Amino acid sequence: MLRGRILENKLSSLYKAGKIVGGVYLGRGQEAVSATLGTALIQGTDFFAPLIRDQAGRTAFGEPLIDCTRTYLGSVKGPMRGRDGNIHRGRPDLGMPAMISHLGAQVSVVAGMLFAKRLQGTLAGRVGATCIGDGATSTGAFHEGLNLAAIERLPLVVVVANNQFAYSTPNDRQFACADLVEKARGYGVGGFSVDGTDMLACVSVIGEAVRRAREGGGPQMVVARLLRLSGHGEHDDGSYVPAEARVDHYGQDCIEVAMQQLIENHFATAEEIVAWQDQIADEVQRAVAQAQQEPVPDPYQEDWTALSTRFPLDQPISQPIFS
Amino acid sequence: MSVTYIDAIREAQEKLLREDDRVFLYGQDIATFGGAFKATKGLAEKFPNRVFDAPISEDAMIGMAVGAAIEGMRPIIEMQFADFSSVAFNQIVNQAATHFYRTGMPIPLTVRLPSGGTPGSGPFHSQSMEGIYAQYPGLVVLTPATVSDAYHMLLDGVALDDPVIYCEHKFLYRWLKAKSINGDHLPIGQARITRPGKHATVVAYSAMVHEAVRAADRLVQDGWEIEVVDLRSVKPLDIDTILASVARTGRLLAVGEAFPWGGVTAEVVARVTEEGFHLLDAPPQRLNARDTPVPYHPKLWAAHRPTPESICEALRKLLSF
Ligand SMILES: Cc1ncc(C[n+]2csc(CCOP(=O)(O)OP(=O)(O)O)c2C)c(N)n1
Repeated sequence: MLRGRILENKLSSLYKAGKIVGGVYLGRGQEAVSATLGTALIQGTDFFAPLIRDQAGRTAFGEPLIDCTRTYLGSVKGPMRGRDGNIHRGRPDLGMPAMISHLGAQVSVVAGMLFAKRLQGTLAGRVGATCIGDGATSTGAFHEGLNLAAIERLPLVVVVANNQFAYSTPNDRQFACADLVEKARGYGVGGFSVDGTDMLACVSVIGEAVRRAREGGGPQMVVARLLRLSGHGEHDDGSYVPAEARVDHYGQDCIEVAMQQLIENHFATAEEIVAWQDQIADEVQRAVAQAQQEPVPDPYQEDWTALSTRFPLDQPISQPIFS
Repeated sequence: MSVTYIDAIREAQEKLLREDDRVFLYGQDIATFGGAFKATKGLAEKFPNRVFDAPISEDAMIGMAVGAAIEGMRPIIEMQFADFSSVAFNQIVNQAATHFYRTGMPIPLTVRLPSGGTPGSGPFHSQSMEGIYAQYPGLVVLTPATVSDAYHMLLDGVALDDPVIYCEHKFLYRWLKAKSINGDHLPIGQARITRPGKHATVVAYSAMVHEAVRAADRLVQDGWEIEVVDLRSVKPLDIDTILASVARTGRLLAVGEAFPWGGVTAEVVARVTEEGFHLLDAPPQRLNARDTPVPYHPKLWAAHRPTPESICEALRKLLSF
């Protein structure tokens, strides 16, 4: 959680300093949900398709910080080599597909990864998970993907972070059911609700959903309620979020709640937490510095082909490079 | 004994299922029922747990195939009709087609699109979508016109590591027969001179190859020898074979069954004009379907798509320059 927050604070400053091209999208306020899911999964066995606000979950699942800074800063050494940026990154060979922007589209992809494992006879004990926003539950892709997973009874966990807004659009313009978790019943999948600002609640509820899926209970849907504590992206001040929502229970900062929980339950002392913060700030600084020193992509070095197959007779239309 | 075009497609899938554990079939009504056109007839019985009925969720069908391909499988997805792949468009062009470029991991999936018009099929069961998919980087688009190509190109397409859009023509399914499935087995990306000639080149693909050959047959009585080039794959496009043919004939007509705005025929004409302008003795021509939805009534349908008559007419115009 802390790694996600501290890294993203750094990304925000880099963006404001004009050091990042394109958008920066933060998971501020959603770290408890995301990190809990990432922690409940086992890299090497499970699959995780993170979305826009899952820096914390990515890190918890095992993505090194350098993958993030390289992708945001356009290093050729990053997993996307400057061909895609920011949150649109992944390591599909390590069970973490690279999201496309189109919302809802990852649900069926994770279902397919699990389906492959069933065909290969190695599904037992595995889980696939993806996160999604309240807005993305309105897409056809979400519906098709979850329904397909339910038919196949795949061990898929879909965590819906209901942060009350999709960009600027509030829940009441997005869906008409009283609570999104009601949809789980319609799909024939397990349904859970959790206070997304409460880390310990997330650990127990999301952990339980993952456990049920792992044990053969079919798809599970968790709806976490919280508030996005940033704009949609760093270009957006989120001024449309009413003041009441910010002071409401769900407007509380999950990181502060988590720190209190750690201290109250004697999992850590305040001093230890401060030491973690210092250590993480240092790690982040190093990941940024390293990515900044690395080469950016060179249009002359690119092969400019989107296919892995080379067709001997294919002569692509030649185009000079001006840069 | 003769084999039809759809037999070839079924046989190819059977061979793939038999020889490659990574292959599975997924599509609506394809398991016990054997598919709307029976392209998978009997395969579910022979290969239990390799042939699956899909829900009516074209988007999720392709998303699922992408995920399965990431994990090492080689899915073949049957769209019930090419027209319904519009619902899967996002997953095809944004997920499957961008994956190798973005991540370096290729996605070996094959989408079978029952394409093209048949009498009475109307606006939503008749479309030819090859041009739309060819426009996007990251896809291989195949348009077999012969029984042997239907067989070999499906085998070769599934063997590719990249996403393949395999456009199979519904009219050819049962109408087109051959003595055997064997043929010249050209590689993907190479066009074929279906019929040699010297006065004009017709570039066609899929069912239009047969219409072009008929038109060429008719023009023999007027003393014209028309060369017909079958593209076989519209992407990659074998521009060398096309240019070599135009170099012999000096005249080009590109024929396609898709809508007229842009598309494969426009690409062929543009490439020849750009790279072989000096070879042309006449302005290159295009003949496509009309710029309306594909009509239902056979009388309207027959006037909507290119036919031997309209191809002859276009060729006469081309030869008159
Ligand atoms: C299919 C699709 N339509 C529109 C967009 C543009 N878009 C990007 S994020 C976003 C809002 C997403 O809201 P939600 O799903 O609630 O997630 P949140 O941003 O709140 O985490 C929109 C509309 C998109 N990426 N995909």
